[in-house]
Amino acid sequence: MSVTVRIPTPLRKITNGLDKISASGSSLSEIIKEIEKNFPGFQSRIYDENNQLRSFVNIYINGEDIRFLDGLESNTKSGDEVSIVPAVAGGN
Amino acid sequence: MSYIKYLTCKQCFNQYPIEPLNVCELCFGPLEVNYDYEKISNTVTRNSISNGPLNIWRYQPFLPVSLDNMIDIGTGFTPLIHAKNLGELLGLKNLYIKNDSVNPSYSFKDRPVAITTAKALEFDFKVLACVSTGNLMGSVAAHAAKAKMKSYVFFPTGLEKGKIIGSSVYGPTLISVDGNYDDVNRLCSELADNLKWAFVNVNMRPYYAEGSKTLGFEVAEQLGWKAPDHCVVPAASGELHTKIWKGLIEMKDVGLIEKVNTRMHLAQPEGCSPIVKAFNNQESQIIPVKPDTIAKSLAIGNPASGPFALQTLKTSSGSAVAAPEEEISECIQLLAETEGIFTETAGGVVISSLRKLVKNNKINSDDITIAFITGNGLKTQEVIEHTVKYNQIQPTYKSFEQTINIT
Repeated sequence: MSVTVRIPTPLRKITNGLDKISASGSSLSEIIKEIEKNFPGFQSRIYDENNQLRSFVNIYINGEDIRFLDGLESNTKSGDEVSIVPAVAGGN
Repeated sequence: MSYIKYLTCKQCFNQYPIEPLNVCELCFGPLEVNYDYEKISNTVTRNSISNGPLNIWRYQPFLPVSLDNMIDIGTGFTPLIHAKNLGELLGLKNLYIKNDSVNPSYSFKDRPVAITTAKALEFDFKVLACVSTGNLMGSVAAHAAKAKMKSYVFFPTGLEKGKIIGSSVYGPTLISVDGNYDDVNRLCSELADNLKWAFVNVNMRPYYAEGSKTLGFEVAEQLGWKAPDHCVVPAASGELHTKIWKGLIEMKDVGLIEKVNTRMHLAQPEGCSPIVKAFNNQESQIIPVKPDTIAKSLAIGNPASGPFALQTLKTSSGSAVAAPEEEISECIQLLAETEGIFTETAGGVVISSLRKLVKNNKINSDDITIAFITGNGLKTQEVIEHTVKYNQIQPTYKSFEQTINIT
């Protein structure tokens, strides 16, 4: 069992067009590391030069913004759904 | 003809073609429309605009669409009213209300949506969609009806009845989503990635956002081709604040107005004021909040254009104000009783913030000040229902005399 990560359009060139990826890890940063192994370049697209999440990238675990959890160190467990969403999408 | 050149990332300046795209694939920054300003300034004069139609299409050279697919249900060129009574109360001689609550679907949203609908037709989309705090869904459904398109509108559960009915009447598919606006927004961002729909404020956002510039153009034109000293603008995503400023700057850049010394003030309700907090704490990043406000049209806890609103506040030396929740309905009444204009909660937030700006000496009595009233009070009647009092009488002269005190 693993975590499902939904991939937004701007990252699909790196994930060979996949819009969903399964990955395992007990925290979000571990999940991202594992995706990076399979899809090199993934991490640098969502992290800035200080290895922090880029300011225009939002990540959600089961619909909750990770800024309301523990950021990149938020826990993940089997069956969780992770969404990566551009911050500029939406807004009214 | 359109003077649009390409899309540019506002953060890393990478260029993209004119397509339904809103995010830079390198840095995730927002994309913005770029124009050939030289050509615009060679084409546009005060006269050419004055002779144009009495709606937003008079500013077409500054918009990202040609007139070929124009959808017109009467959007724009709304009244700019000298608010003498409210001004006198507040000590302002030159206070004006930009009453955008009289657009076809009763909010300023008709401006961006008219432009997005035209662009969606140009891109050959068959479906218009949006995520809405209430006003946008009415506008999207109305424009889709006129354009013979289907529409799907998503909104957070618990929205005011007037906004749901005010959208439903145009025949969209209404989808109430359990959660707050930010939850609905996340869902729609994911849907927009996979559906071939024109989500007006997601994949069509660069074009959509340009529509709000027309508020800046109109105010400058209506003031006799000059920029005001102050604008007081309500903020949800923060886009409107930034785009009114962009409109004023574009007018200066092509020589239609001489200068822009406008201070762009931003107003949010206390129960959802992430941009105000970030600005007043001098932070460059917005910290998202969980909204808890009666001003549902401004209840965006994770404002997409917050960082750019912060920049506009700084560049224009504006102030950011949070309106206390208890003042919102009081200020709706204040505007109605002094100026005869019935606004929704966002307007109450603007008037409360304006009052605070005057109190804090941010606005001088002679300054030309514009309060942007962006939505209609008939949509949020619930918030002032408790103040309604009326007399019940019998249809007799005696009953009238006994009940009504004529003084």
